[in-house]
Amino acid sequence: MTNISMTVNGKTMSGEAEGRTLLSSFLRETLGLTGTHIGCDTGQCGACVVHVNGQSVKSCNMLAMEADGAEVATIEGQAAADGALNTIQAAFQEHHGLQCGFCTPGMVMSAAALLKDNPRPSEAEIRAYLSGNLCRCTGYHNIVKAIMAASGQDVGAIAAE
Amino acid sequence: MPKDHGIGASPKRREDVRFLTGSGNYTDDININGQAYVHFLRSDVAHGRLTNVDTSAAAGMPGVVRIFTGADFEGVGGLPCGWQVTDRHGEAMQEPPHPILAQGKVRHVGDPIAAVVADTPEQARDAAEAIDVDIEELPALIDMGSALADGATKVHDDLTSNLCYDWVLGETENAVVDKAFADAAHVTTLELRNNRLVANPMEPRVAAAEYNRGTEDYTLYTSSQNPHVIRLLMCAFVLGLPEHKVRVVAPDVGGGFGTKIFHYAEEAFCTFAAKACNRPVKWTASRSEAFMSDAHGRDHVTKIELALDADNNFTALRTNTMANMGAYLSTFSSSVPTWLHGTLMAGNYKTPVIQVNVKAVFTNTVPVDAYRGAGRPEATFQLERVIDKAAREVGADPIALRRQNFITEFPYDTPVALTYDTGDYNGTMDKLEAAADFAGFAARRADSAARGKLRGLGVNCYIEACGIAPSNIVGMLGARAGLYDAATVRVNATGSISVMVGAHSHGQGHETSFPQVVADMIGIDESQIEIVHGDTSKIPFGMGTYGSRSLAVCGSAMVKATEKVIAKAKKIAAHLMEVSDTDVELKDGQFSVAGTDKSVAWGDVTLTAYVPHNFPLEDIEPGLEETAFYDPANFTFPAGAYACEVEVDPETGKVTVERFAAADDFGNIVNPMIVDGQVHGGIGQGIGQALLENCVYDDDGQLLSASYMDYAMPRADDVPFYTVDHSSQTPCTHNPLGVKGCGEAGAIGSPPSVVNAVIDALHSGGHKVDHINMPMSPARVWAAINS
Repeated sequence: MTNISMTVNGKTMSGEAEGRTLLSSFLRETLGLTGTHIGCDTGQCGACVVHVNGQSVKSCNMLAMEADGAEVATIEGQAAADGALNTIQAAFQEHHGLQCGFCTPGMVMSAAALLKDNPRPSEAEIRAYLSGNLCRCTGYHNIVKAIMAASGQDVGAIAAE
Repeated sequence: MPKDHGIGASPKRREDVRFLTGSGNYTDDININGQAYVHFLRSDVAHGRLTNVDTSAAAGMPGVVRIFTGADFEGVGGLPCGWQVTDRHGEAMQEPPHPILAQGKVRHVGDPIAAVVADTPEQARDAAEAIDVDIEELPALIDMGSALADGATKVHDDLTSNLCYDWVLGETENAVVDKAFADAAHVTTLELRNNRLVANPMEPRVAAAEYNRGTEDYTLYTSSQNPHVIRLLMCAFVLGLPEHKVRVVAPDVGGGFGTKIFHYAEEAFCTFAAKACNRPVKWTASRSEAFMSDAHGRDHVTKIELALDADNNFTALRTNTMANMGAYLSTFSSSVPTWLHGTLMAGNYKTPVIQVNVKAVFTNTVPVDAYRGAGRPEATFQLERVIDKAAREVGADPIALRRQNFITEFPYDTPVALTYDTGDYNGTMDKLEAAADFAGFAARRADSAARGKLRGLGVNCYIEACGIAPSNIVGMLGARAGLYDAATVRVNATGSISVMVGAHSHGQGHETSFPQVVADMIGIDESQIEIVHGDTSKIPFGMGTYGSRSLAVCGSAMVKATEKVIAKAKKIAAHLMEVSDTDVELKDGQFSVAGTDKSVAWGDVTLTAYVPHNFPLEDIEPGLEETAFYDPANFTFPAGAYACEVEVDPETGKVTVERFAAADDFGNIVNPMIVDGQVHGGIGQGIGQALLENCVYDDDGQLLSASYMDYAMPRADDVPFYTVDHSSQTPCTHNPLGVKGCGEAGAIGSPPSVVNAVIDALHSGGHKVDHINMPMSPARVWAAINS
């Protein structure tokens, strides 16, 4: 067991973990931040996406020890201090970009990383970017729409209301 | 101007705030003080005799609390099947026992052999690896035909064979069916598979149980679509526990799609083990574990024959299906290929003679049960594919052929047990034609051709039976449960309302849509109304959420309970206004008397109910809380028409879905945004089935598709934006909301149009392919092109 310390959503947090403990488990079980979800065991579903030192990372694909000393951003830190949803979160709510909510933390974190790199992505770019985030409920339609809306693009023309 | 509240509005969902901020409460998020963790050791062979399970080395490993095997469950009930099907000879289906942990034999890869309870999940897994298991392997029955062959090894030694039942529906006189086919001007035949799927809700299953020695109370937290059903089955049929001492809680559930309906071994195990170990016991499935322990879906092999007369009217339909049950009967499994599939074989059409034959087969695979659509996708797929093939063979336009055979008079008694209450299939097809821009197809095809691609257009209809179900009818058909639902409307003194419902949303947004209904009826703001669901200690007995039933059945119970509340509230208002209650009207949260200026507000009436100083105590009791149980009079029958355009790359066989349009008749609609979302999601799954998903076993029964590495889930770049239209609305005639339900339609209606489109694309390129089985992977499409 090793002591691991990191800054999560701006706050220093630490705990003990075995060498084999994944960052996803460390966040959920040791630090009690259950907003990051685990949906698979082969690194494909993306429900566990967080940001480590500004990079979007699948936390199930990283050992907790590797994040020692890092700046980590999780879904719990995305809204404002008073609880107001950020632009991406608000767009997901506005456009019904979630149903059961389980993939949603990873979707929001991936969307945030995408829009940082590509502030006005096309539909095709969004869809390609999200190939690492599985959703079973929405058929992706409203997720793509929400991300386009969050980037300031007009989504009124998108068929199927 | 669209409404912004009440029925027909699309307010933003209340659920979203907690889901978007990581403060949802899914079962794995729940941690009970002192909990231990269980890891199941599962069979890695498909079929064999369990000759020895040696836990001695494992038992002494760090953190191990206790190890359980099948021997610990002698005398404990097995997992029950909730539907007894009677075969064509009037005999009950064969019903093997289904123990919680394997006893004597293992029957599929994933069959649980032992359970290690330890202080941490890692210690439980480590100890499980030290358990020594001896299995004397037996031949694996994987192919259904082989499993039914004379002399085949039996999956269950005490049964007479691997045939669960041989069932027939419709015209049972073969001579009548044979004559109809003999007299036909044309017969179209098609053999096809409905591929085995894995539901894969993004949240894997979790169960966590605790037992309190002081109170003898059990609490089970489980990711389930129906907590009361789990409680009843587990208490009455498996563990023999008194129902009133068991609380089952399904908190936030991350998707279900049917696979979280059933009562699973892990739930019963955790409940049992919590008492045995005197510690809470928690289990969380890994995704690979989910692949080999969640009930699978579909897996039918069918031959379908359609007879037409010289004018292209459908005169007869005959189907022969083998339906895979897997190694054990899961909770609803037996009903899916029979009463949920055979009964839909009329589709939207007037075919007078129909015979549906189904053989349900045990194999050494994971048990198969309901998955989004449950029997209706299987029925729709075979019917709409054979119609498409027939259209090609007789030279008819596929839409015109369907239209001329549509049922147009309602109610309509089908030859396969169901009576459709209402519908307008021509009207819905008109909506599809408007939405799908068929007129522009030729130009789009030319554009595709210019880029070297073959473009195809596929169209299909569907109808489904949902809003399950009338209890007396399903009881006659072998169901061991009722299928009503319930709601308690509890008005608080200050006027807000809690509605306790038996339905359990796992993505459908009930916390938003249900209050819209109550708000509409009373005329107060939706924000004053909250629903409570998922906890058996808080809600009346409901059968849960599946089968597109929540609004149709539970919503109807909620309406009935609210009507009782309003009736009582009017009596209170009448007393306060000193008028007769028959003169009282309720509108926009105000009770008033027409033609006078007498009025009293909702909040005043509700306060009076709980502070009954000026109150007709001689007529009515204080308080304002009413419960209703609603048993539906019939199924509901949403129907629709779908169109898909694909591009096929003839060099690689790759198919892309370029356009998808869906026109659905869901009757009345409460929240259009949520309805659209349900259709989107269903279409995504249907495209997944048609092009990508396949649950595959090798001949030895090894599950080859046991993770997302090998099971191709649809991703954002596998699907386009969808065009959905639900303006065709023939309200359900028999429930108070006139709603039909919409949760499964997308998954039912979409696979045929995708396949029809690919076939159309290939024909346009001169490749006269009759059919390609799903999933239409590039390899399969390429092989069809090049055969």
